[in-house]
Amino acid sequence: MKPGRREFLKLGVGAAAGAALFPARARAQSTAARVVVVGGGFAGASCARALRQADRRLAVTLVEPNPTFTACPFSNAVIVGLRELRAQQFTYDRIAADGIVIARTTATGVDPQARSLTLADGARLAYDRLVLAPGIDIRWNALPGYDQAAAAQMPHAWQAGDQTLLLRRQLEAMDDGGLVVISAPANPFRCPPGPYERASLIAYFLKTKKPKSKLIILDAKDAFSKQRLFQQAWSELYPGLIEWVSLSKGGSVTSVDPATRTLVTDFGRHQAKVANVIPPQKAGRIADVAGVTDRSGWCPIDPATFESKLQPGVHVIGDAAIAGAMPKSAFAANSQAKACAAAVAQLLTAATPSTPKLINTCYSLVAPDYGISVAGVYHPANGVLADVPGSGGLSPAEAPRATRAAEAVLAEAWFRTITDEVFG
Amino acid sequence: MLRLLAAAIGLISIAAAVGASAEPPAGAAACSGCHPASTRVTSPVPRLAGRDSAAIVKAIQDFRSGARAGTVMDRIAKGFTDEEIQAIAAWYAAQK
Repeated sequence: MKPGRREFLKLGVGAAAGAALFPARARAQSTAARVVVVGGGFAGASCARALRQADRRLAVTLVEPNPTFTACPFSNAVIVGLRELRAQQFTYDRIAADGIVIARTTATGVDPQARSLTLADGARLAYDRLVLAPGIDIRWNALPGYDQAAAAQMPHAWQAGDQTLLLRRQLEAMDDGGLVVISAPANPFRCPPGPYERASLIAYFLKTKKPKSKLIILDAKDAFSKQRLFQQAWSELYPGLIEWVSLSKGGSVTSVDPATRTLVTDFGRHQAKVANVIPPQKAGRIADVAGVTDRSGWCPIDPATFESKLQPGVHVIGDAAIAGAMPKSAFAANSQAKACAAAVAQLLTAATPSTPKLINTCYSLVAPDYGISVAGVYHPANGVLADVPGSGGLSPAEAPRATRAAEAVLAEAWFRTITDEVFG
Repeated sequence: MLRLLAAAIGLISIAAAVGASAEPPAGAAACSGCHPASTRVTSPVPRLAGRDSAAIVKAIQDFRSGARAGTVMDRIAKGFTDEEIQAIAAWYAAQK
């Protein structure tokens, strides 16, 4: 009898849950709930797809002006000629085939009270829930001298595409013996280990192609992501080639002169043959327009639903969001997108959003056959996305080269997997 | 015994039905960042959909305890409780 009674109780719970869902379903069938996603990167494209998977009845529109997405992860390999830019590029064809409307235009305004988005042509798009995934914008002139014109001389290459290829051409054109300078910003910024992966792969390029050259990293920080692993690998693979100048050693760049490719710090001037300025950043522009950024320039969010703490009905995911312990990475953006999609689908059916658990894994290449990683597990705690205690961490400090080679293979497999899930 | 078996089968079928239709449990959606959702992708990381639930549970618990060496799974598994691991495994086992 006892197991039978338990079964009955379980079924009873199931029936109750079904009944609770029914009115919402009836509503959704009569008028499909409308979700608009702005931004077709890892966050936005993942979210649009996950919304359709969560509930096929949702009317999902993805607003993205570019016909092609160019991925940043692995773009450091493009810079040093280990990979072609087309391997980074993806179309929205498969996403459209999922029944998602692609609006190939720019979002220019948001009215959170009217729940309406304005597009570049003046058209308005009504929504029941809005998801903003605008990525980053460069804070032009936050670093004196670094404006859009300066980026043509001293590329940032922090939004993949033409900038990636410009930096590549400059490195290819540089004479052996030249000085390459990378300027790394203060936290927070897109892809925390990115400047150091870039330094590593440029060092690999210089060592193999232009061995008399040197690389200096001028840093606005005293510590950086995966620091011990990077520095250990640099002394092992590129001894004497990379010099890292920390904030306390005078690494913070205070201005640049694009005409002479000079980077100025409080302690001196560095005239580079190739200068890669990774400038300060903020949430993409539409976040500001929508009123979801705070004074930091980034977007405070509820850690369970990714709904803005500043505007109801607007969710923010990916690099633009203040995601607590989660870094601004493609993996994190994809993980957040799926959690946000589940929450949005639940909120639209008046269900209570479940508490998510999120993961991040970031690989960095120090050489083509030398990979390192950081991983983390996150949950909402005390109003922010916090590390789950005892989880996560870096690749082991002491590991055989076979482990590093395995992580380089896993890094590429990760890229194939995530880009297939998002765009394939 | 038969009753117990029938009850067990009942539980499994309910779990399977719930797993196939319901929202993924906490943490499950994040796995496909590395574990391919599609058979199109070539990766040394295994697909989880349709795998035996008990095998997934054992693998994650072994990564967590250190009984099995991992590259990143040892670090990720430590962020999940037994209950969460079981729910994730049951959900993936029910996927195609």
